[in-house]
Amino acid sequence: MTATIQTLEPAERPPTTMSSRLDGELLEVSMGPQHPSTHGVFRMNVALEGEIVRKLKPVFGYLHRNHEKIGENATYLSSMPYTDRLDYFCSMTNNWAYALSVEKLAGIEVPERAEYLRVILAELTRLQNHASLLGFLLSDMGAWGTPLMYAFRERENILDLFESLSGSRMMCDYMRFGGCRVDADDAWLGRAKKIVDLFPKFLDEFEELILQNEIVIARTQNVGKLSPELAINAGITGPMLRACGVNYDVRKVDGYGIYPRFKFRIPLGDHGDTYDRLMMRALEMHESVEILKQALAQIQPGPVVNPKVKLRAFRPPVGEAYGRIEGPKGELGFYLISDGGPNPYRYRVRPPSFINLTVLEDLCLGHTVADVMVILGSVDIVMGEVDR
Amino acid sequence: MESLEQIKNRAELAARGAKIDIVVNPGPAQQSSLLIDNEHAAAVAQFLRNHPALTFDYCSNATGVDWLDRVIKKTTKVKTVVDGVEKEVDQTIEEKIPGYLEAVYHLYSMKHKHGPLIIRMRTANRTDGARLPSLTPIWRSAELQEREIFDLYGIHFEGHPDLRRILMWDEFVDHPMRKDYREPDDYEWEPTPHDDVLEKAKQHYTPRPQLDGAENVTAQPQ
Amino acid sequence: MIGTGILKGMAVTARNFVGSYFEKERLITVQYPEERIPLPENYRNFPILIYDNDPEAGLRCVACKICEKECPPQCIYITKSDDKKPDYMGKPQFYPKVFDIDISVCMSCQICVEVCPFEAIKMDKDFELSKRERFDALLLRKEELSKSNEYYHRIHPVEAAAVDTNLAEAAAAAQAKKKAAAAAAAAKPTPVTPNPTTTSAPGSTSVPGATPPESSSSPTKS
Repeated sequence: MTATIQTLEPAERPPTTMSSRLDGELLEVSMGPQHPSTHGVFRMNVALEGEIVRKLKPVFGYLHRNHEKIGENATYLSSMPYTDRLDYFCSMTNNWAYALSVEKLAGIEVPERAEYLRVILAELTRLQNHASLLGFLLSDMGAWGTPLMYAFRERENILDLFESLSGSRMMCDYMRFGGCRVDADDAWLGRAKKIVDLFPKFLDEFEELILQNEIVIARTQNVGKLSPELAINAGITGPMLRACGVNYDVRKVDGYGIYPRFKFRIPLGDHGDTYDRLMMRALEMHESVEILKQALAQIQPGPVVNPKVKLRAFRPPVGEAYGRIEGPKGELGFYLISDGGPNPYRYRVRPPSFINLTVLEDLCLGHTVADVMVILGSVDIVMGEVDR
Repeated sequence: MESLEQIKNRAELAARGAKIDIVVNPGPAQQSSLLIDNEHAAAVAQFLRNHPALTFDYCSNATGVDWLDRVIKKTTKVKTVVDGVEKEVDQTIEEKIPGYLEAVYHLYSMKHKHGPLIIRMRTANRTDGARLPSLTPIWRSAELQEREIFDLYGIHFEGHPDLRRILMWDEFVDHPMRKDYREPDDYEWEPTPHDDVLEKAKQHYTPRPQLDGAENVTAQPQ
Repeated sequence: MIGTGILKGMAVTARNFVGSYFEKERLITVQYPEERIPLPENYRNFPILIYDNDPEAGLRCVACKICEKECPPQCIYITKSDDKKPDYMGKPQFYPKVFDIDISVCMSCQICVEVCPFEAIKMDKDFELSKRERFDALLLRKEELSKSNEYYHRIHPVEAAAVDTNLAEAAAAAQAKKKAAAAAAAAKPTPVTPNPTTTSAPGSTSVPGATPPESSSSPTKS
């Protein structure tokens, strides 16, 4: 087999445009939307000087379906299953954020057991999201497959819990305004307890693999540094913000639900680089396990849904509300305006992974192409939420 | 956090000539907001971010809202004298509210951990001249969100560093989140049997040509 | 030291690999389709319609169209019947002339089940639904959707038992009310035919055929 290389004569060369200069200065490369490391259909127009990124423009919209317009054309209840599809890794926290906003909008109380179930499910969601993120991040660094499979093994345990409770692994559609849809029986809570008790074992193994691995350290430390000032100004939230050393966690600040009852710490980073962001996930999982242990010990029997809330023909009073929770990826908010009708007049999602991408260019400038993938992986995006 | 009136008074003092109204939220959430005039919006926003007691350094959410012209009917009981007898008569007042496009910002303070403070800007112009000042120079978190508002609502943010469409493709002409947006007939070609989409699609697409059977012949016998 | 990370990684891999021969828990996959993991009780896939005894007459659905209205992706299509048939309580009700669910659109959210006041629509557990054709084969008609109560008991035993108790209670209450009404109307000699369907839980007695006269329902009307 002989390979023939076709060379173009200078006259045949396509005219160079502003965007693709091949004269040795800058080379524009379109990364994505089908690139395996972009975590979905996400594209970055990267201008390269050699292998160094000099410019990076993210291109969105490949998964855009105008979720907000769908929400305005559907009843309040009908939007609940659509929220599962925003960040399809964390449907429970999406449900909670939406339910919380509608409860604010209509002034609905939530029974105590439902609050406990919500905390348990949200923290389980955080565990499985962070675990799979670490797996993906290692995949991006070239540890293809194996760490991801270990992470997915744990994630699958948690998804089995979700499935046996809500009927679906990922599209849970579990929470309702004023509570939760079905109650969890003792057998389920026992299973959850067992999974939570075994989780630190996996974490220790995973941390031993990642955190002291010299390849991971070489690839992540001092890569993609973010200053706390820029992070605050650019509205970065979640583990990415706390990796810069800013102590801001909506669970502590707003104390929504029953989070003030639990003792947990907020891990903070020092350098704001990719390694810190990675560590932040590992440390947050330890704290989530702590919260879960407390919640599973404290939960008492009781009703799981407020009986006063109407399921059919639900109409909140005129007004508006912005509710937010600390999702695994950052602050997830829903801004709702009601005109008294069965559909929201305005239904807005504040997607954390979309806004966290604001600083993507700042993080990547001056790094190599291979680092772009690691940085993007550490931002933790899901395109269902970014493009909506 | 200070009350909205205090913030309003302080901001009006700090930004000379700024006109700020309080928009009351009647719902149980009680999140009332400040309506800022467009001319002084940047100055007011600057003040809100930099004032040491307020320090709204974090703009969580920026979004657009489209309010069409609407009529609010208010029924009040009015005492009138009819034929010398005093009667209570229901009087309906129709209040016409002209439509406007609105940009809403939810501000929090990461330093003092308070919030939200909601600020709004409005423009009555719905055509391509819909313009509002950009707050991206003050809070960079509005960068992508203002692009999204521009894309979906068609509000031009003056002073935005990179105002382009973000979610829709560049050749798209309309602004789909506006309330009067009509989707084109052929926006979706998915012939589900009970869908009027099929009827709409039929108007745009010629039916498949009748096949002559040649496609069934797959292999020639050797 | 360079290389220790790789050794550690290989150690973990070896532990999991060798361990899988000794610990059943380390084996996390099954050999589908020969082996299957039992589905949890709450598992849901696509909606089905429940009938008691007779697939045509015993259908619990009364074509109230609430599910059609609340369905988020609008995949349910119902046409109400012109006439009425007695339901499991003997009350004349409409029935669906057409009841179609487009499962290529359905997103398995279970909202139709929650909003149904008649326990008529439930979720199936059958997930092996691959079809060779995209449109009509995935549009399930009433005949394909109708499943017996026994089938429902088989797939959701706990939930179905609770539903049956609820329905039996409702039937008993209706029966008591009817008796009271009959006692009140005892002065008038109306020929109230004793309705066999109202005596006990659905599934134990049969409705079909015995179309009660229209007059028998009038006392039960509330």
